[in-house]
Amino acid sequence: MSLLEVKNVEFKYHGQQEPALKDINLEVEQGDFVSIIGANGSGKSTLAKLLNVLLRPDQGNIIVEGLNTRNKEKIWDIRKNVGMVFQNPDNQIVATMVEDDVAFGLENIAIPSNEIRKRVDHALDLVDLTGYETHETHKLSGGQKQRLAIAGIIAMEPSCIVLDEPTAMLDPQGRKEVIDTIKFLNKEKNITIILITHFMEEASISDKVYVMNEGKIQSQGPPSEVFEQIDYLRSINLDVPVVMEVANGLKKKGIDIPDILTIDGLVDALC
Amino acid sequence: MLIELQDVTHIYDQEQNVKALDDINLEIDEHEFIGIVGHTGSGKTTLVQMFNSLIKPTSGTIYVDGIKTTEKKANLKHVRQTVGLVFQYPEHQLFEETIYDDVAFGPRNLNLGKEEVDKRVKVALDLVGLDFDEFKERSPFNLSGGQQRRVAIAGVLAMRPRVLILDEPSAGLDPQGREKLKALLKRLHQSYNITIILISHRMEEITQLSSRVIVMDHGKIVLNGSPREVFSHKEKLEKLSLELPEITEILFRLRERGCDIRTDIFTVEEAVDEIIKVIGSKENVN
Repeated sequence: MSLLEVKNVEFKYHGQQEPALKDINLEVEQGDFVSIIGANGSGKSTLAKLLNVLLRPDQGNIIVEGLNTRNKEKIWDIRKNVGMVFQNPDNQIVATMVEDDVAFGLENIAIPSNEIRKRVDHALDLVDLTGYETHETHKLSGGQKQRLAIAGIIAMEPSCIVLDEPTAMLDPQGRKEVIDTIKFLNKEKNITIILITHFMEEASISDKVYVMNEGKIQSQGPPSEVFEQIDYLRSINLDVPVVMEVANGLKKKGIDIPDILTIDGLVDALC
Repeated sequence: MLIELQDVTHIYDQEQNVKALDDINLEIDEHEFIGIVGHTGSGKTTLVQMFNSLIKPTSGTIYVDGIKTTEKKANLKHVRQTVGLVFQYPEHQLFEETIYDDVAFGPRNLNLGKEEVDKRVKVALDLVGLDFDEFKERSPFNLSGGQQRRVAIAGVLAMRPRVLILDEPSAGLDPQGREKLKALLKRLHQSYNITIILISHRMEEITQLSSRVIVMDHGKIVLNGSPREVFSHKEKLEKLSLELPEITEILFRLRERGCDIRTDIFTVEEAVDEIIKVIGSKENVN
């Protein structure tokens, strides 16, 4: 059984003519790093909301660790299993002190205080915020705030983390911090990650990419395969990394190079 | 000289003596297109807020269009009409019930006649690519994020500024939204002779649009020159933890591997041609 399964899901917002999601199918296994890319309005955030039961599908089923999100009695069990991190760092912090913010979810589910201490310290360590326990949350940088949000989720020990454009409002430094953290959690700690983004550079570090457009999954596979279709990706309003444009330009002019995702790859292929 | 800063220092927190701006000297001419880069907290936003006198420096002198804005009785109304400022996420400041009223808000405050206000709203919406008749009666809150941002920019353009400052105008926009914005800025600069000052983290935007690039760090201007000049200082920029434009990065890396390749190129097409020229000729030798 997969950790998370989405089967033939359709969803329409109230009052809208067109469904926001049509015929969505995907499977995520324990330890996977999956990314979902798509332009604004492609349906990727709607899908994220369905995964932790902020919304329920009109048709089809979503099964998380054997629990169907249609089962209203299991809603809190599912939400505990699917942790969400959102785009705006300022909208997710509830406490004025870093360690209180991480402990917030744990206190709500009545975890004993010595266990809370352990989990908070561990979570802050994983996102590299050890030493910030008593700092004021509003003085953190954007990247630090997002890492704090991730720590709050990790402390709940979910079976997977869904991040909905976690870097969209950050500067380059903050983006790097957050992406490095996500990579570390997946590769070193085997935490299952579902990353929703419109930055292809970010998706290129995942194991599997789903491309969404107009409410459908139009393409899927490992990044090297999916990102080969550069003209198609540009046509659906995705950000194509400059290095791939350069590689594509070289190929079109007859230079024989393999599929390129990174600057290192291009430099190695050329020199 | 349109804008001139002499020995400008600004301290936000008197107790901790944090200098947001530290002894800035800067001149900006009519019709320049200036790109300002620097990591978060380097003083970019504080600097541009000096240009339209939104904040006054702790010490130093500022002239805008001949007016000494650091003087107590300066005519700031003229300054703020001359220098328009588009904040970060300007769509958060939309507030009227219709797009027409939102864009007309500034011109109406200038006590312009109805016809003139009408004309200005039309021109401003047209400039940002929104059809006047289709959009004038609609609520700004039912638009996409990219459209909302263009309405907010139209509100500033309706004031007919000679200088337009934009603080991270492309943050959060998708590729199409960014392309449209770039085209708009080019047009305002070239066809309408507006002086533009652009703050951006996107180096591609800066190199493709600006005639001059200013790099800030800890409240100081650390580099100031043409894009070619500024982005040739690879190590200095890396020390400031600033990213190079991706194309520049690729070309520098090829050069480190021993390719005799130019590094002062900023478009994909030119970079491809240069790589083929260099790699191609090397392969012939082999």
